[in-house]
Amino acid sequence: MNEKEKYAELEQLIQNHKSQPGALMPVLQGAQAIFGCVPEDVQKIIADGLGVTLSEVYGVATFYAQFSLRPKGEYLISVCLGTACYVKGSQKVLDKLSEELHIPVGGTTDDGKFTLEATRCLGACGLAPVMTINGEVYGRLTPDAVPGILAKYQTA
Amino acid sequence: MDNLITLTIDGIQVQVPQGATVLDAAREAGVHIPTLCFLKGINEIGACRMCVVDSGARSLQAACVLPAAEGMNVKTNTPQIRAYRKNLLELTLSTHEKKCLSCVRSQNCELQKLCLELGVENGDKYEGVTNKYTIDDLSPSIVRDNNKCVLCRRCVAVCAHVQNVGVIGPVNRGFKTAIESPWEMKLNDMACINCGQCIVNCPVGALYEKDDTARVWDALRDPDKHVVVQPAPAVRAALGEEFGIPMGTSVTGKMATALKRLGFDKVFDTDFGADLTIMEEANELVERITTGGVLPMITSCSPGWIKYCETYHPDFIPHLSSCKSPHEMVGAMVKTYYAEKNNIDPQSIVVVSVMPCTAKKFEAARPELGHDGMADVDVVITTRELARMIKEAGIDFNRLPEGDFDSLMGESTGAGVIFGATGGVMEAALRTAYETITGKVLDPVEFHEVRGVEGIKEADIQIGDSTVSVAVASGTGNATKLLERAKNGEKKYAFIEIMACPGGCVNGGGQPIVSSQVKMDCDIRVERAKALYNEDANKPLRKSHENSEIQALYQNYLDKPGSHLAHELLHTHYVARNRYQA
Repeated sequence: MNEKEKYAELEQLIQNHKSQPGALMPVLQGAQAIFGCVPEDVQKIIADGLGVTLSEVYGVATFYAQFSLRPKGEYLISVCLGTACYVKGSQKVLDKLSEELHIPVGGTTDDGKFTLEATRCLGACGLAPVMTINGEVYGRLTPDAVPGILAKYQTA
Repeated sequence: MDNLITLTIDGIQVQVPQGATVLDAAREAGVHIPTLCFLKGINEIGACRMCVVDSGARSLQAACVLPAAEGMNVKTNTPQIRAYRKNLLELTLSTHEKKCLSCVRSQNCELQKLCLELGVENGDKYEGVTNKYTIDDLSPSIVRDNNKCVLCRRCVAVCAHVQNVGVIGPVNRGFKTAIESPWEMKLNDMACINCGQCIVNCPVGALYEKDDTARVWDALRDPDKHVVVQPAPAVRAALGEEFGIPMGTSVTGKMATALKRLGFDKVFDTDFGADLTIMEEANELVERITTGGVLPMITSCSPGWIKYCETYHPDFIPHLSSCKSPHEMVGAMVKTYYAEKNNIDPQSIVVVSVMPCTAKKFEAARPELGHDGMADVDVVITTRELARMIKEAGIDFNRLPEGDFDSLMGESTGAGVIFGATGGVMEAALRTAYETITGKVLDPVEFHEVRGVEGIKEADIQIGDSTVSVAVASGTGNATKLLERAKNGEKKYAFIEIMACPGGCVNGGGQPIVSSQVKMDCDIRVERAKALYNEDANKPLRKSHENSEIQALYQNYLDKPGSHLAHELLHTHYVARNRYQA
């Protein structure tokens, strides 16, 4: 889908939900599916289209973790901070990733390659501590293992 | 009475109508329940939990949103409830910047009062991480300090639901929740109309006016400056509250004396400007009607409304009267008429307006409101700032003798006085329009149809042989509703008055702040308006065109309403504004 088609789809989405009460959530979800995130211009179109304020749209978008305000990187790194992983030292893995990539948790690298996220339990406690990169699972991690794993994607 | 509910509050049996809350019932029983986020009719969300009561349910419930039910037995004052409320306050204080000694709301802070009432002994009981926020003071009118915010959302509710503006809201979640503009924008980047309703509804010191008193003190002590002051109509109806005088008491005479003692070189009256506005506006209206101009014509006194119209209803800009607002008219006359008459260099004159309004600070800085590189009005301070100056100067307000305004622009009629209440400009205009059009004496002079605090008022006024349809709205949310009616042709109005603040200027964003608990008992808009209508009733002259100083101004300087010079000095124009990055 090119940019023009994306915006046309957004307009259609707004039209479909416009008259419904509580239209904001499904429209934001739909917009995120179209654009991969809900950036400022998209939020303004939603606000004007639904007749709500930008404050309200932004408030909802920042309340729910599922919405991303900025485009996510090519590779989404999700580090599990569930109880088992945390006890096994996943915070240190997360800190190492943050240090290596020079981004805070929730941030995206300037080249758009990586986004770093902390998540709740991934359900792979047996492999703790665990992270996924675009769905691929890495288990029994140590901070020292981080540079090697990243290198695979950096050259990719 | 079959729709009454009987219930018991702390052993006291009360009857309340269907739909009443337990909070209402408690007040009926004479039981005081503390509240913080509750704002009658505006913010009833049960968020702060300060008003929790024991209704026999599994857990404590918020009285402000708990419907009263038949046979309910409610306890509001048990050891458990008192401990719960106290703990809530201690938790609130754990992230509240407790700089009470230097806080603008000290002694008029709802949080401070609650802590005192509920016996909070240790404000630092819960220590730990706090959020640090940058103070947003880029707006010419409003300062936001989130370090003091208690997240009650009263400002959010009044901005979004009453004013239909919605430029602030809760962002993020949990501990990171803050009241902000979206996308890290500052208030000044948003289409904030500067009305200040957020300020007068904030329980704490998280919102306040941009303080300009230092600029006034500087001007007053500068021997090369000729400092002229003018207070707006609504200021006299509320200034007394800052000095413990009962609400609804007009303090015009004491205020004039106080201004003189502060050292102003001339004390003029914006009421004079109100009379002048009527002369120009009535003339403009008659001209629009007779020459087929754009109708309905809409008043332009309220700068909050003007910015709202420019931003949210730009299609109505041609409907706006071209008249400057009353204090801007006085400012323009001070720097021309008064300066010339007294041989004073207008460049050395500083015009200070005391306004019930924070939007006037924005208005005064509009580049089109001035001439020859001089602004008509140099500094605007609010009623609250004037009270602060009076206190700082050690003036014992309550003991002041009654004074008077200086002549040339100090005389006013009852028509000018009532500008401060919703419907007042309309009534003043009708008094003059009636006599101008019919040539007959208007008696009685009151137009009760346009008085009162309803959000939208409509009336058909008989003037001579014709009926004129008029409408009045206050609160910009109501303005939108009224404009919709005008737009879809439901009614053909000739003249519309709109004030940005609910109830008009008496309830402006620059007025003394009244706590939400007091507002449950009385309507401050009604009480303060009474002061103005009483003053009007006792005035010897009650129609703007009878003001002898106005007559002299036209005779000696402006020629006639709508003259070339009047247009140059007393009229202005408007610009359509963007909703974002305003």
